[in-house]
Amino acid sequence: MTDIKKRIAISKFWNNSFWVAGLLSTFAGLVLLFALFTDLFLDGAPRISYKFFTSFPSRFPEEAGILSAWIGTTLVMLVTAMAAIPLGIAAGIYLEEYARKNWITNIIEINITNLAGVPSIIYGLLALGLFVYFFEFGESILTGGLALALLILPMVIMATREAIRAIPNSIREASFALGATKWQTIKDHIIPYSTGGILTGIIIGLSRAIGETAPIITVGALTFIAFLPTSPVSAEFPFVSFKWLFDPFTVMPIQMFNWVSRPQKEFHINAAAAGIELLAMTLLMIGIAIYIRYNFRKKIKW
Amino acid sequence: MKKKFARTIKEGIIETILFLSALSSVLITISIVVILSYESFGFFKEVSIIEFLTGTEWMPLFAEPKFGILPLVAGTLLTTAVALSVALPLGLIAAIYLSEYAPHKLREAIKPVLELLAAVPTVVYGYFALLFLTPLLQKFMPDLSGFNALSPGIIMGIMIIPYVSSVSEDAMRAVPMYIREGSYAMGATKLQTSFKVVIPAAFSGIAAAFIMGISRAVGETMVVAIAAGMMPNFTVNPSEPVQTLTSYIVQVSLGDVPHGTIEYRTIFAAGMVLFLMTLIFNIIGFWFRKRIREAY
Repeated sequence: MTDIKKRIAISKFWNNSFWVAGLLSTFAGLVLLFALFTDLFLDGAPRISYKFFTSFPSRFPEEAGILSAWIGTTLVMLVTAMAAIPLGIAAGIYLEEYARKNWITNIIEINITNLAGVPSIIYGLLALGLFVYFFEFGESILTGGLALALLILPMVIMATREAIRAIPNSIREASFALGATKWQTIKDHIIPYSTGGILTGIIIGLSRAIGETAPIITVGALTFIAFLPTSPVSAEFPFVSFKWLFDPFTVMPIQMFNWVSRPQKEFHINAAAAGIELLAMTLLMIGIAIYIRYNFRKKIKW
Repeated sequence: MKKKFARTIKEGIIETILFLSALSSVLITISIVVILSYESFGFFKEVSIIEFLTGTEWMPLFAEPKFGILPLVAGTLLTTAVALSVALPLGLIAAIYLSEYAPHKLREAIKPVLELLAAVPTVVYGYFALLFLTPLLQKFMPDLSGFNALSPGIIMGIMIIPYVSSVSEDAMRAVPMYIREGSYAMGATKLQTSFKVVIPAAFSGIAAAFIMGISRAVGETMVVAIAAGMMPNFTVNPSEPVQTLTSYIVQVSLGDVPHGTIEYRTIFAAGMVLFLMTLIFNIIGFWFRKRIREAY
């Protein structure tokens, strides 16, 4: 009798110990993350000022800023969004609404899963060979934006498919019963109802693209840019110019990488400040995505 | 009648456009394979493939170049091993805790926060590894060099915890409740049930999560490029500086290597090795994930 009580006690002891270990493991990463953010914030926050946003990089750490970096990031993201969003949504719609169960569909599906697991730097090599030298876009904003678009394409496709899959079949059947064609059904029902999910996926994808450094370095973005791309709008005819697409550029993560890699302590402070901006942008985008998902979920009830 | 015909044409055109968009993803894979093979082929015309795969010295930018890929592969595997020794235990224990122990509300609150670990830009993690963790570790290990494999490895491990924990947890939660209840009815504790019943039942999913973590760690670039040094070092000692396949590509890309030279082609050869390594892991992972669905 005492023997079995002892065994039960031992089992309970291990069970409770594991409960503690689980709690610690779950929070270990979060605690460390919090420590790192605090460290980053303490180092970089004093450096953030209006001047930091409006100055070019410089040899002198206290004069350096991130003007060319954040403008570069904005323009690159514009290209990425323009390329990845329509292509990703169209592919997602095809796979959910049109695709028949055959070997082509199967290949496309396996392929998308596999693409999501390809390291980002491989996309950089692809863009280097394809866009920089084969299509001769050069080491430009267009090349950088397209490289990141290819990178987030699988994410956009998967988000679109998931959002569409959540729509019950009764909606489609009701639309067909009223004589609508397939495209009319998709345009008037499927796309509007899945907008929330698709938008969430797109923003999460862009939030990943904004912090990506490796593919942008590979396509040859410069680390030191003391000028701005050609303005997309001008006062003279034809008012809109696309020359900026082919200008050399830098982006926020590369600027940060450049500053981290320097030996001087003062540049590390700049890196921390750039890191705070980068982190703030990423978290803001994720916040928006969560907000959209939450709101659309509340609105739509089947 | 005419209207119906026009409508059929329009529907057909739209379907074709959508189909081509879906097909474009296959085109991306083909382009990756073609470009990597084409440039690697040019590389192997000048360097023997045996020297490349067995050489233990990687000095492609020297006057007398040596093209042995092993130091880069060793560096990649070393940082990956460090990352996994952090991410696998922590990720798995966290997954068991969240799936079997944690109250519902805590789980729902903590999962999105844990996902944030994977959303932080990797260049920020590189900053942490170089300027926060390395100086911290040097207090306990005085002979740790300023650039080393250990600290980026640990940071990478923390970064991939959510990849491991979230997929493992999904797999464990998919194990039907009655299997657990059977175990509890026999007087097993939660711990015994977790390890002897739930984990074996969710094995495929957990394995897939581990493989995904490995693949992530192998392909990770910025953390190692910043904090591991750029030294192709054929070593298994994590306190020394190393260079990985990815950080070599970064190093060359930062310099001014002219298009078409052998130095330019080395990054595609290194990329090819990296692509094949991750492809193998992805295939194994895919195989495990397919088995999850067959389980019950």
